[in-house]
Amino acid sequence: MIVAVAGGPSLDALQVTLLVIVAAGAALVVLTREPVRQVIVLSAYGLLLALLFLTLQAPDVSLSELVVGAIVLPILLLAALAKIKRDVK
Amino acid sequence: MTPSVRRWLCLAAIAGFAGFYLWGLQGLPGFGRYPGPYGNIIASHAVEQAHATGVVSAVNFDYRGFDTLGEEFILFIAATGVATVLRRLRGERRGVPVDQVGGREQTGTSDAVRVMAVLLVGPMVLYGWYLTSHAQTSPAGGFQGGVVLASAVVLVYLAGQFQAFRRITPVGLLETAEAVGAGSFVAVGLSALAYGLAYLTNILPLGHQPGAVDSSGTIALISFFVGVEVSAAFAMMVAELLEQALVIRETGT
Repeated sequence: MIVAVAGGPSLDALQVTLLVIVAAGAALVVLTREPVRQVIVLSAYGLLLALLFLTLQAPDVSLSELVVGAIVLPILLLAALAKIKRDVK
Repeated sequence: MTPSVRRWLCLAAIAGFAGFYLWGLQGLPGFGRYPGPYGNIIASHAVEQAHATGVVSAVNFDYRGFDTLGEEFILFIAATGVATVLRRLRGERRGVPVDQVGGREQTGTSDAVRVMAVLLVGPMVLYGWYLTSHAQTSPAGGFQGGVVLASAVVLVYLAGQFQAFRRITPVGLLETAEAVGAGSFVAVGLSALAYGLAYLTNILPLGHQPGAVDSSGTIALISFFVGVEVSAAFAMMVAELLEQALVIRETGT
């Protein structure tokens, strides 16, 4: 499927597919209510965004999104959740 | 406010937002179209001018280096803030490091996780250094490389070696590395002033071959210092958080 936008290059099938998956992934992150599970979904969502940026020919941005969205953010959130759960106990 | 008034207010707000949003979208350039002149000029001159085939890095660390310096200090201040908030407070003590999260079964780290983590530590360190030292040649840079280096440190923790993790993340050393990395970035910029040039002007020899590792002058150097700062900052934040989760507890518990 090719979507033509007036005057510019067009989105290819891979980009359209990833845009749809990323939109679905974003909704999934919001709809996941349990915090630990939400962090895992958020991490997968970061990976999806990295793939999208890669197909948009932005490997630098993709790399940054990969390391921040899929690695660092989940690690920091999980460690913070562990601390909070302990204190609530 | 009655529920029906609230509902109408909400719907009006959503309609207003949607209207302005769609209006705004009409003004955007088409997909993949870039209306400004700046990007094309950079793209056609960067390789020749800065001897960097990683043009994005040339923009980040040279043409737009001052902006990156600001971003660098955002991370620096954030890490400092985390370290300040998570220090051991009065009424808290250090205990034996154990998982203190209640309401779940205590399970040891599985062999699969241990083996994978141990196997990956070496390649991650190598990859982190590769990214940090190749900003001038390909999509890479000190920021991404630094984060990969910090996650190699986290893998040591995942391998079930919290004591080893603590040994390789002494906070004093990390703080020093973070400060030296950030300060060196500033110093590289200042050294251009000594030659009567603008701040962060690329003053080092550019090398003969664009795309070679020893080319691009200060771009490679700044990427290295950014890598030092970022890896130390992230390693410190993870270390402080794990220390909070596993070691520090209130006195009397």
